[in-house]
Amino acid sequence: MATDLATPAATLTQEENLRYSRHLILPEVGVEGQLKLKQAKVLMVGTGGLGAPLGMYLAAAGVGKIGLVDFDVVDHTNLHRQIIHGTKDVGRKKIDSAADTMRDINPNVELVKHEVAITSDNAFDIIKDYDIVVDGTDNFPTRYLINDACVLLNKPNVYGSIFRFEGQATIFATEGGPCYRCLYPEPPPPGLVPSCAEGGVLGVLPGIIGMIQATEAVKLILGQGTTLVGRLLLYDALHMKFRELKLRKAPECPVCGNNRTITKLIDYHQFCGVPDPQAPPAAPAKGEIEVTELKEMLDRGDKFTLIDVREPYEYQIARIPGAKLIPLGDIPKRLAEISRDEDLVLHCKMGGRSAKAIGILKEAGYTRLTNVRGGITAWSEKVDPTVPKY
Amino acid sequence: MAKILIPTPLRQYTGKSDSVMVAGATIGEALGALTTQHADLRKQLYNDEGKLRSFVNVYLNDEDIRYLAKDATPVADTDIISIVPSIAGGRYGD
Repeated sequence: MATDLATPAATLTQEENLRYSRHLILPEVGVEGQLKLKQAKVLMVGTGGLGAPLGMYLAAAGVGKIGLVDFDVVDHTNLHRQIIHGTKDVGRKKIDSAADTMRDINPNVELVKHEVAITSDNAFDIIKDYDIVVDGTDNFPTRYLINDACVLLNKPNVYGSIFRFEGQATIFATEGGPCYRCLYPEPPPPGLVPSCAEGGVLGVLPGIIGMIQATEAVKLILGQGTTLVGRLLLYDALHMKFRELKLRKAPECPVCGNNRTITKLIDYHQFCGVPDPQAPPAAPAKGEIEVTELKEMLDRGDKFTLIDVREPYEYQIARIPGAKLIPLGDIPKRLAEISRDEDLVLHCKMGGRSAKAIGILKEAGYTRLTNVRGGITAWSEKVDPTVPKY
Repeated sequence: MAKILIPTPLRQYTGKSDSVMVAGATIGEALGALTTQHADLRKQLYNDEGKLRSFVNVYLNDEDIRYLAKDATPVADTDIISIVPSIAGGRYGD
């Protein structure tokens, strides 16, 4: 980051001297460090759980230009952790709500809204104008996309991810440092690792991990201290333990190793084996029915068994009348309860776990199997709105 | 007996235990003992060819076994083995 004394960014106003006074009296920051922050350009991808503390602290710290990438809308299930958004913001675009909060904290910061899903087509254009990328996304395709784009553009990627009570943080794609693919060459196949929506997450967890990411971004800008480059920090909130593991640059890494096979951005949804959420919904696959068909079957009194493969605590929140609860993980040991001689219709929250259950039952020799597309969420949306969504 | 730390996403396959004590002179033997005790874990950790899945890393203390002797890495009784799968904090697959 070159310093140009002729630009206004190279000085602090009287208001800024006051605002940042506790930074200015820190020898590790001082006026010089604060000016580095003022001239820094950071891109935050995601304004959710990780993005909430990130955006608030990066704005408060006086990062001169912050880009926000998000296309989502605030809903009630976000509020227990995404503290950049308030109850009044439900239904608003996250990017607008986040920008309002950040502007309130620090009106000096230039905010750039990128109201899009980051994709292989736009990633270079969005990222190229920033010094640092902070990954606050929630899915594997976007994480691999951000990683590859950062490696190819030579931008540090401050990484954090969370699950239930556990978090991971590090910095990828610095000069000579490891990248995400050095750590994990490939993503898990869909469904093998449960997601937050399925597994839940402690509300304060993304707060801690997002603040670790914010700390590392600020240190990278200041050039101070020892960063997480080359170290994977693991945090366990339940036992309040931090551990760190060594993270090495893999010589065989396809994007940053010795023989690079990835030299441009690829199709990350295909790479991760998941449907592109931006694509129009496909027609129901063979062996799938819509919730409206399920309703008709129930109303007609068709003979079949409806099996709910969610967890008991989900069943307590919402259920489809007449469904028999057998959690996905219990299916292999409860086969005796499941008849082979009748039609079985399986559902879960969104349709993913019931598809897995059908895979297990097929392996066990069952044939008369149907999956309910969209699960109880679709049931609540299209059939019975009194069934709570969660 | 070495201690294997089980990450949250895999605890459903170890009867909710967050750590398991196993006997074994190498990482391969220790993981073998683990997946014998908890058979459902095998499919999570290994692919059809019996190789560790590429989104699951195994560490002996703080070192990635890929940079030690992989499955043949010797394990002492005081060692801690960590299984660290990738997590995205996401919404896919539900």
